Amino acid sequence: MQPETAVVKVSAGAQPAAAEADTKMLINGVSVYYKAFRAIKEIDLPVYENRVTAFIGPSGCGKSTLLRSLNRMNDLIPGARLEGEVLLDGENIYAPGQDVVDIRRRVGMVFQRPNPFPMSVYDNVAFGLRLLGLRKKSVMDEIVERSLRAAALWEHVKDNLGQSGMALSGGQQQRLCIARAIAVEPEVILMDEPTSALDPVATLTIEDLIQTLKEKFTIVIVTHNMQQAARVSDFTAFLSMDDDRAGYLVEYGPTMELFTNPRKKLTEDYITGRFG
Amino acid sequence: MPRRKVLEDELKSLMGDIMRLGEKVNQAMLDAIEALKKRDIAEAERIIAADKEINALRFEIERTALVVIATQQPLAHDLRILASILDIAGELERMGDYAKGVAKINILMGDKPLLKPLIDLPRMVEIATNMLKDALTAFSNDDAEAARSIPQRDDEVDALYNQIYRELITFMIQDPKTIDQANYLLWAAHNVERLADRVTNICERTVFDATGEIVELA
Repeated sequence: MQPETAVVKVSAGAQPAAAEADTKMLINGVSVYYKAFRAIKEIDLPVYENRVTAFIGPSGCGKSTLLRSLNRMNDLIPGARLEGEVLLDGENIYAPGQDVVDIRRRVGMVFQRPNPFPMSVYDNVAFGLRLLGLRKKSVMDEIVERSLRAAALWEHVKDNLGQSGMALSGGQQQRLCIARAIAVEPEVILMDEPTSALDPVATLTIEDLIQTLKEKFTIVIVTHNMQQAARVSDFTAFLSMDDDRAGYLVEYGPTMELFTNPRKKLTEDYITGRFG
Repeated sequence: MPRRKVLEDELKSLMGDIMRLGEKVNQAMLDAIEALKKRDIAEAERIIAADKEINALRFEIERTALVVIATQQPLAHDLRILASILDIAGELERMGDYAKGVAKINILMGDKPLLKPLIDLPRMVEIATNMLKDALTAFSNDDAEAARSIPQRDDEVDALYNQIYRELITFMIQDPKTIDQANYLLWAAHNVERLADRVTNICERTVFDATGEIVELA
């Protein structure tokens, strides 16, 4: 099945056209295997700089696998293997000699369940910086504050940075995780269903936050919630599962077009709730 | 049970309401011209009163469509249908106002007889109301091809309107005492002409609904 990926036309209005954005990452003929099982097959997809790209699709279609292949998170799974290439600023992150730690610093990740470390708010945000060897307290203080501000959490925690990260509410914990991710100044942030464990108000706060974050970062988000994809993303990729249970790209395009006038019937059926 | 039965039932019911609104509007315009032809003032008053039902149905459709959007979060084709329904309900209501306009003219003309028997105007209204009927059928069938062809018939309506215009101008030049009456008739013809113009808008919505393309027809 041939995916259609070459869409760049967006009518004037709400969303930015790809033509105005640089390609930050490029997924080139990517297949991922878990031992003999092929989880996703031959996916081609651009990720534009300072835009939000959403991956949607039914359970088991390989959205998270694809997301994790963007910062080599799959390397941590025994038996996982990738074919094809993933370019970051034109360089294949799977090429021999690439520093995986550096790739994961440049391409950060926020997970489904908020997972603050069992330490203070301050130390949570400082954690990555310390790993990178930063020692100077004044610089550290500044970056922690800047990161917490960017994650819309500073006002809530500034008077008690020593409190445990675990003591925050679910939505605040997730924002703390976002602050921790951005503290090391990544270029791309991957979000794997970042709001699925949150209540509606916390969800909308994170969605608003995503809109501000994209000014500085490139964001890729996996979501089960189609309305969320429609609300937050500029581009959407719809994946589905083929007969051999491998996930493949059905359709990719500007979110506005995909949600009002999808070109493939399968996409239409999925986003209108007729299948999946 | 099909997936999204609630949404599909709501869409079906709204589509039925649009058809009902369309029939009411069509009948109102046919009745208004017939009443004018017969100079039937009582009938004209009934048509004006009945326009309230048309307005009420339009708002009912709007309210229901908004509730469906808010509660069902429709996307893609479902969303386009709802957007089209909102738009078409408004178009139909305005067309109803044209029928009311013709009825008002009938009353304004008072007890004066017609300058001449109406011939072109009933022909005009027949074409215009058939266009409306066909446009709504195309909409309910999601038939872009039919929708694209219907606006061409507006040329016949325009041709008849121009004919009426020239004829009435001749009356006015020959005998200025006819200016009032001739003007009223021209005004009535203009209402019918506008109704036909608005049919094109419904056809454009149908093409959008079926294909996702926003086009200008005619």
